[in-house]
Amino acid sequence: MPPFHTLTSHAVVLSRRDIDTDQIIPARFLKGTTREGLGRWLFAGWRYDGQGAPVADFPLNDPRAAGARILIAGANFGCGSSREHAPWALVDQGFRAVISASIADIFRNNAIKNGLVPAVVDEEAHRALLAQPFGEVTVDLEAQEVIAPGVRARFSIDPFARRCLLDGTDELGFLLGQAGAIAEYEQARRREELA
Amino acid sequence: MERSEPAPQTLFDRIWETHQVRPETAEAPAVLFVDLHLVHEVTSPQAFTVLRERGLRVRRPDLTLATMDHSTPTTPAGPAGEVEITDPQCRSQLEALERNCREFGIELHPLGAEHQGIVHVIGPELGLTQPGRTVVCGDSHTSTHGAFGAFAFGIGTSEVGHVLATQCLLQRRPRTMGIRVNGRLGPCVTAKDLILEIISRLGVSGGTGHVLEYSGEAIRALSMEARMTLCNMSIEAGARAGLIAPDDTTFEYLHGRPRAPRGRAWEAALARWRTLRSDPGAQFDAAVDIDASALEPTVTFGTNPGMSAPVSGRVPEPEHEREPAARRALEAALSYMGLRPGQPLQGHPIDVVFIGSCTNGRLSDLRAAASVLRGRRVAPRVRALVVPGSREVKRAAEAEGLHRVFLEAGAEWREPGCSMCIGMNGDQVGPGQSAVSTSNRNFEGRQGPGARTFLASPLTAAAAAIAGALADPRAFVDARPEGRF
Repeated sequence: MPPFHTLTSHAVVLSRRDIDTDQIIPARFLKGTTREGLGRWLFAGWRYDGQGAPVADFPLNDPRAAGARILIAGANFGCGSSREHAPWALVDQGFRAVISASIADIFRNNAIKNGLVPAVVDEEAHRALLAQPFGEVTVDLEAQEVIAPGVRARFSIDPFARRCLLDGTDELGFLLGQAGAIAEYEQARRREELA
Repeated sequence: MERSEPAPQTLFDRIWETHQVRPETAEAPAVLFVDLHLVHEVTSPQAFTVLRERGLRVRRPDLTLATMDHSTPTTPAGPAGEVEITDPQCRSQLEALERNCREFGIELHPLGAEHQGIVHVIGPELGLTQPGRTVVCGDSHTSTHGAFGAFAFGIGTSEVGHVLATQCLLQRRPRTMGIRVNGRLGPCVTAKDLILEIISRLGVSGGTGHVLEYSGEAIRALSMEARMTLCNMSIEAGARAGLIAPDDTTFEYLHGRPRAPRGRAWEAALARWRTLRSDPGAQFDAAVDIDASALEPTVTFGTNPGMSAPVSGRVPEPEHEREPAARRALEAALSYMGLRPGQPLQGHPIDVVFIGSCTNGRLSDLRAAASVLRGRRVAPRVRALVVPGSREVKRAAEAEGLHRVFLEAGAEWREPGCSMCIGMNGDQVGPGQSAVSTSNRNFEGRQGPGARTFLASPLTAAAAAIAGALADPRAFVDARPEGRF
């Protein structure tokens, strides 16, 4: 996972609230056994019509969306299923940060593990950002700040997640380092159950 | 100085504290031990790949159980019990799970096996879901298992890998919300109607970061299967988990199950389980009170599970929404669903009825549906699909003759699986079609591209199948002397 420090990019805005993971990546694209290549199916139900042609007014199909690495979404982004295919699809499409006023629990956990920064800003900053489609935004993870024209807002993120993203390390390594404590716990539980 | 009494604890506090390998600090989340890890074919292949890449083994195969449910066909089996998998991608996913379980020594209940079924149906059926345990699965509806007083929650595929390799997860302690449900549910008002009301009350993000503990007279009166329906949809309010303190109903359900403790171990387990409750005066971070007796059979009308109303009511009017974002969301939902503001819900025509899923695919759900369908016919234009949650549910339903009730009514009786809840196996609702579904999500396209989903209880779904339109089940059940639920 590449480390994340500061990212400046133009942003795609999807202002709908409660965007669920079935919209981010519909279930019919979850039949694979690898995590690659899901970007083309990102928001497939909104992005393509019944014949598979791009829907002209969907923001991701706008020429100005090309190369965007930041997504600004309505509140409660990523609600619904636990599919990690949702952040896989976003990352495969090129996104490295999602900014919203709130982000669903499981999606946020999954995002962190894939180098996708879930940045939660206050409602005032959120409103201002939603009003700047394709505008330039900076996500500074070190300072925990989102910066855009007229916006300078601190965002909240778990300190451990922030550390992992800054260092580009994953949690599995940390957990494997706990093997001794885990073995002790297992022994204590076994003794308790025999008592 | 007098020794002070220990502070009153919630049920959640008790489970959390006994599963911390390392408590959380400001810098790092807790290391939480997992007692039961359930695995299915869709969210696990990439996790096994990571294990292979890093040369890791599964730490506790004895605490891990796999089954096939999402990608499995539910088309009736052939004369020798064989099931044809026509989708090559589904087949390769199922084969990958088989290979992974063999290589890493994990117990697998494959397609057609005696105990195969939806992962959240078979865990309880086998007696593996037990009070006080931590249960995880790469599936958001893992919250189902909270019905037994287990802390159960959905995880992503990276975390599936973490649990396979270490039997642990890094977790921040969630907040708690006490939901007290007073009074009793009325005739034809079920756990499904109750959870739809709770989600509507909290909103689809109202439970975010919380574990919901359900208590009160109405909860005590629910069967285990109804409690599973309730906990199952806690995630639809954004909650981390749902939780119900175990009681005699729980113990009775578990007694004699294949993996439940026996003999002296059973007695010891019972003594332990009886301590699993929230103390009087325990503090929750938030509290909600609900009057069960005020509820009615409920359906969703929109594109998330928070948008619901009594089936006897009307579609709400966006112009009454004061907040612009909520108004826009409602307008978009009604436009997708093909509904007019203010129209009555009853009588709205439907094309498909789906009875099944981890929410409502258990024996009591099928009995409820059959009680409405018995001696009646599914409306001519309607396709009705009844999909048992597991092979065990299917056997028990057939032993009671429920399959004949469904078939005689003109419904399809299928093999077990997730089926039309998620539509991965080819069981789908067509574009623009309206379905009344006993499943858990009415998101756009969830049951197939362009599909319109109305979530409801098995009673309400069965009533809709007969009427060919949204209908109040009380009109069907009350009309018959034996129709009590």
